[in-house]
Amino acid sequence: MYTDIVREYLRKDKFPSIWCPGCGHGIILGALLRAVYKLGWDKNKIVLVSGIGCSGRTPGYVDFNTLHTTHGRALAFATGIKMANPELHVIAVMGDGDAVAIGGNHFIHTARRNLDITAIVYNNSIYGMTGGQVSPTTPVGARATTAPYGCVEKPFDVVELALGSGATFVARGSSYHVPMLDNIIKEALAHKGFSVVDVITTCPTTFGRRNRLTDDPVKNLEWIKERLVPLSKWEKMSEEERKGKLPFGIFRKQELPELTELYHEMDLKVRGEK
Amino acid sequence: MEKLLSGNEAIAEGAIYAGCRFFAGYPITPSSDLAERMSFRLPQVGGRFIQMEDEIASAGAIIGASLCGIKSMTATSGPGFSLMQEHISFAAMAEVPIVIANIQRGGPSTGLPTFPSQQDMMQARWGAHGDYEAITLVPCSVEECFYLTVKAFNLSEKYRVPAFILSDEVIAHLREKVRIPEPGEIEVIDREKPRVPPEQYYPYDDSQGEVPPLAAFGSGYRYHVTGLAHDITGFPTHDPEKVGRLLKRIVDKIRNHVSEIVEYEEYMVEDADILVFSYGCTSRACKEAIQELRRDGVRVGLWRPKVIWPFPEEELKKAASGKKAVLVVEMNYKQIGYEVERILCDMRVHWMGRADGEIIPPEEIEEEVKCILTS
Amino acid sequence: MKIEVRLVGEGGQGLILGGLILAEAAIRDGKNVAHTQTYGAAARGEISKSDVIISDETIYYPKVRQADILLALTQEAYDRYTRYLKEGAIIVVDEFYVKRYDKDRKVYALPLSDTAIKETGKVITVNMVSLGVISELTGVVSKESLKEAMLARIPKGTEEINLKALEAGFEMGRKAKEKG
Repeated sequence: MYTDIVREYLRKDKFPSIWCPGCGHGIILGALLRAVYKLGWDKNKIVLVSGIGCSGRTPGYVDFNTLHTTHGRALAFATGIKMANPELHVIAVMGDGDAVAIGGNHFIHTARRNLDITAIVYNNSIYGMTGGQVSPTTPVGARATTAPYGCVEKPFDVVELALGSGATFVARGSSYHVPMLDNIIKEALAHKGFSVVDVITTCPTTFGRRNRLTDDPVKNLEWIKERLVPLSKWEKMSEEERKGKLPFGIFRKQELPELTELYHEMDLKVRGEK
Repeated sequence: MEKLLSGNEAIAEGAIYAGCRFFAGYPITPSSDLAERMSFRLPQVGGRFIQMEDEIASAGAIIGASLCGIKSMTATSGPGFSLMQEHISFAAMAEVPIVIANIQRGGPSTGLPTFPSQQDMMQARWGAHGDYEAITLVPCSVEECFYLTVKAFNLSEKYRVPAFILSDEVIAHLREKVRIPEPGEIEVIDREKPRVPPEQYYPYDDSQGEVPPLAAFGSGYRYHVTGLAHDITGFPTHDPEKVGRLLKRIVDKIRNHVSEIVEYEEYMVEDADILVFSYGCTSRACKEAIQELRRDGVRVGLWRPKVIWPFPEEELKKAASGKKAVLVVEMNYKQIGYEVERILCDMRVHWMGRADGEIIPPEEIEEEVKCILTS
Repeated sequence: MKIEVRLVGEGGQGLILGGLILAEAAIRDGKNVAHTQTYGAAARGEISKSDVIISDETIYYPKVRQADILLALTQEAYDRYTRYLKEGAIIVVDEFYVKRYDKDRKVYALPLSDTAIKETGKVITVNMVSLGVISELTGVVSKESLKEAMLARIPKGTEEINLKALEAGFEMGRKAKEKG
């Protein structure tokens, strides 16, 4: 049944996708489409926006209003769309470099504004499309084509960044924990305000092969399983135990006034209708 | 009704008259008062204003809003215009109508923030990567700021291209009287909507004309937009035949219609021996100089483009034919001067200009014309 | 007929507003106008300049080059801008602030700010006193248009004091004219 639901929302003639065998991106897309199905949203009212990179190809495969923008700028375009037509459901999908390197400024400001957009970060710790360069979420010590001796920079924690910037819904899921990812994305989409889902995923081709995980998808997924711990467990762990691990789950879910609603209120006052 | 408005205020009013209902911008001297005016005016007419985190985001946001069927603009100055080039290229490739007002200040770099220049003429033409055509208008008065802004929106909507208003610090903060026309008094063009049902709609379908209709996101026409080379359906392709066809159409939709797009003013041109070519605030000093020179019996006239890109080549050639010499006057180091030399290659083309933040005084232009006459 | 008016003083003396009102009064008189002003990061305390060209013809070059009428409210502004005057230009200065001025020129040294304080209790109305003087002395704009333009521009609730200041300016201008 899951497959049928997903097919309903796909542009079937655009397959096979450009994603490599074993890539985690398809798993995230599946979770997103099942979440949309569960919410019963009208395809005509959904705009899926992306930046550039492997994640950036997502819009091409789905039968919504779709916009493949420039590198790092998905949220800037998404902001214009939501402001121009608040009735639309706006979803932005981004890679890790896309979202928090080149797009870092847009990311923190969209979070600050609490505009009703869902941002999904396909976080595979690498620039996949350009051939495996180091990214702002590459773990220290991991190898990349531009970090041949291992990454020496401290990575960004996308969840912490979103929390610090004021996003009103912040969660982390993974392409290993699929049923949970379905739920997290569904909650993120349903949330009124800016929601961020950091999805830890795999890139067997450019990350796995360089980091002793080979291009075997299972080994890559297992690496996620080893690292991620549920938030409830994380909270009971010591600093020592937390080393090399990441918590997952819902970190914040907060009801705060949403930007287009605040604007609407202001407009009514300006025009003397309230 | 006649109002005392500044050039920047007149651009804002022109935009609202043309139906602009979304503005995203980032503060930069000397354009910020335009954004301020829009933040005040848009909520009054049911529009939306947002101050973005930078100019890249501003240009991205107006493309997003325009794809929802809302006429959108931003305003900036040279340094911000540079940052916007990425999305100007995107708008050109994806054929999304947007309008950008660039209130020119002295450059390069941070340059002279509070002083005028005309140093972005070529940035407007060739600023972004790739082959594309955009439209650039150059107002020389407050009233023209209003009318050319309406025209910028009209052309942008009609041809699905980015359109730029290249003003400058002098015109931006000059206040003159402007008569705001009544609604309906001057033409306002909206982009063409699809004439076919959703299942037959393609956003780049050249069988629908050189400028295919553009559906709004959310209107039931689900389609794909990308900055990648694409076929008529909007999906990426690298088939050379399809890519070539797209690129050729993107440039030809403007190049084949130059005479319909351009607009210019001829001032005392008919009997002139010397033709002065100038635009924007500089052209006003030229007119003052021409008046003085005419008093001394010198036969000199002004040819002033209001649309500078696409360049009115044929129109200029016609006006210059039979003249003894042409003098280009501009506030930069010969950006348009070289263009005029190229077009009028068999004529004596003189040039004068400066880029020190000072508007060229009429006396200097008079002197230059007299110099040409005796040389 | 083209007249170039230059109002100079210090930021905060209300000269930008004064220039706008003068320009709008001229529009009411059916003239063409071009208003320019100092533009920069300065707000208070720096030299402030508000220029208005008033003409029956189309105005081409938009900047004032040689003023026909100069109002100077500070010594510093006076010293800087008397360089750019037409032969026979009319100069009005605030006698409290401008002590050194060119005796060869036609200078009306008048108690502009003192009158503003005396009439309205607010020195900020010196701009309206000055406009009244200029209008009466030079006839560059009509008194009726000036009054209307002022009332259309100023914040609500300040009509009374501004009208008072303007009237005081008319009166001072009339007396100065008689005196010659």
